[in-house]
Amino acid sequence: MEEIVNLFHGFAVALQPFNIMVMLLGIVLGVIIGVLPGLGGANGVAILLPLTFSMPPTSAIIMLSCIYWGALFGGAITSILFNIPGEPWSVATTFDGYPMAQQGKAGEALTAAFTSSFVGALFAVIMITLVAPLVASFALQFGPAEKFAVYFLAFCSFVGLSKEPPFKTIAAMMMGFALAAVGLDSITGQLRLTFGFTELLNGFDFLIAVIGLFGIGEILITMEEGLAFKGGKAKIDLKVVLQTWKSLPRYWLTMLRSCFIGCWMGITPAGATPASFMSYGIAKRVSKNGNNFGKGEIEGVIAPETAAHAAGTAALLPMLSLGVPGSPTAAVLLGGLLIWGLQPGPMLFVEQKEFVWGLIASMYLGNLFGLLVVLTCVPIFAAILRVPFSIIAPLILVLCAIGAYSVHSSTFDVMLMLVFGVVGYLLKKCNYPLAPLVLAIVLGDKAEEAFRQSLLGSQGSLGIFFSNPLVSTIMVLGLIALFWSGIQEGFTRLRRTRTAAA
Amino acid sequence: MTTHSSGAAGPKHKFVEAGIALLIALFGAVVIVGSLKAGINWGAEGPRAGFFPFYIGLLIIVSSAINFWHVLRDGDGELFAEWVQLRQVMSVVIPTAIYVGSMPFTGLYLASIIFIGYFMRWLGKYRWVTVLGVALGMPIITYFIFERYFMVPLPKGPIEEWLGI
Repeated sequence: MEEIVNLFHGFAVALQPFNIMVMLLGIVLGVIIGVLPGLGGANGVAILLPLTFSMPPTSAIIMLSCIYWGALFGGAITSILFNIPGEPWSVATTFDGYPMAQQGKAGEALTAAFTSSFVGALFAVIMITLVAPLVASFALQFGPAEKFAVYFLAFCSFVGLSKEPPFKTIAAMMMGFALAAVGLDSITGQLRLTFGFTELLNGFDFLIAVIGLFGIGEILITMEEGLAFKGGKAKIDLKVVLQTWKSLPRYWLTMLRSCFIGCWMGITPAGATPASFMSYGIAKRVSKNGNNFGKGEIEGVIAPETAAHAAGTAALLPMLSLGVPGSPTAAVLLGGLLIWGLQPGPMLFVEQKEFVWGLIASMYLGNLFGLLVVLTCVPIFAAILRVPFSIIAPLILVLCAIGAYSVHSSTFDVMLMLVFGVVGYLLKKCNYPLAPLVLAIVLGDKAEEAFRQSLLGSQGSLGIFFSNPLVSTIMVLGLIALFWSGIQEGFTRLRRTRTAAA
Repeated sequence: MTTHSSGAAGPKHKFVEAGIALLIALFGAVVIVGSLKAGINWGAEGPRAGFFPFYIGLLIIVSSAINFWHVLRDGDGELFAEWVQLRQVMSVVIPTAIYVGSMPFTGLYLASIIFIGYFMRWLGKYRWVTVLGVALGMPIITYFIFERYFMVPLPKGPIEEWLGI
């Protein structure tokens, strides 16, 4: 019951005129970011983070999270109209969205995409409202060993669930940990891995890494592919919207399933992209229209969009309640919390009630506003894509430079950003996942601190991580996640031999 | 680097990926050296500063070795990218490197104007009017949004000083 009261307080915060303005601004900026190639949710939020330094933290996080919702909505527009996924998580939306647009059903496809995004987000927000406070109060009792176990689980799920080869995921992740270790060691106060360079005293800021890896890297990939827009027209009128809405309840089962997939993948830091693919794949296998998938089946739009938005939203649950972000964008938001002087994690729910519940309330409102904005303004956003890339690209590069500079007012960071950009381009081309790298930079210090503190308590014995039921359970879950693909393979092989025997 | 008219020439994916795996392993080695310098054993106050990164470095080397082996085993004749495409990529990387490198001396605004102008004029082949409009307009808007409204200072050079901004 207390949650409901808190939530209403949250709505009172989110409904202040300034916060509503910030919310709308965030949504519009977010959709633009989502539509533009080379500007994704994570680095879009990272670039705009400096703008919020002078705002009160609650307004700041409302704006940044709304940019994120906007980007989630925006990705669908380009996928459906131009067959260009503006964001990785909307790749699966192109499979059926673009054929629909070619058949002249762009309006239906867009309405279905936006509405199912909204449903997915709403489901995830309701889950956050109900579950996050419980998780947080539970996590308040965590000692260093339990904390490390949670990090362990988060990183193991990356290895087991991502579609990249596991050792590439591990290599990318460990590079992130190594970069996080550079500079001052927080426990002994000793310098390490700086090799005498004074620029490295403070280590690598993950915001620079995000802007470089995702921003610059993405632009380089777009440049290599060469962009040619040949796209349909976008027009949504009320009649199409209402007609599509009438047909949507038929797909409630697909939606519900996609919501669960999305929430699960969002909480374990696998993120929105695998969630959308998984949801599409399952829907294709289960649906009676499965054979039509890929030819313009509305269900093939609903499934990935619901899951992507649910996952994107659910990624904030571990960020808020445990201080472990579920996606790169959530990691950037967590970085924002630190900059505004808030300590992410379970104590937020005790000490910063107004902030937390204001944010949660703004998730409800932001997604509602987002739905209205995208439904009404699709033609305007689609027009942005017609601006040629040779204008967009330098502007984005300049914005990235500004974003990188203003994190610490350092021009060295801007050069570092470019280095990260080239590295990101090469890694992405070679199929190394970038998200675990970024998350490891963000969480590296904390994971290490928890690890060393636990070892201190146990005089160096690793047994501390299996010393009580709670910590053992989390660690075992982590190990299961780590070897998940192997376990799955074993199961299929077992089943196959059994059917072969029978 | 011969320019085939078919445009289908380029570095093999296999070699690039193997090279990347080696570079990552090298990075791991650097991490290990750095950790050894910081001390990887137990000190008076528990594990010393290099303790954690040392194992991270080891994991980097081990996983890179496996990745390297996988590439050599599974790699086929696929191209990493065509030379033409790589030239496209370099046509962004090199100007951006110059842009970023000159920023400490010229400030953000002048460098951005030249950078945007170069990009639009030489890569986009726009008319000078359009080029000037965007190249001057964007930094001016940036100035008002970032420095005036949100009070985020950006790097300035001699010209801004002369203008007294």
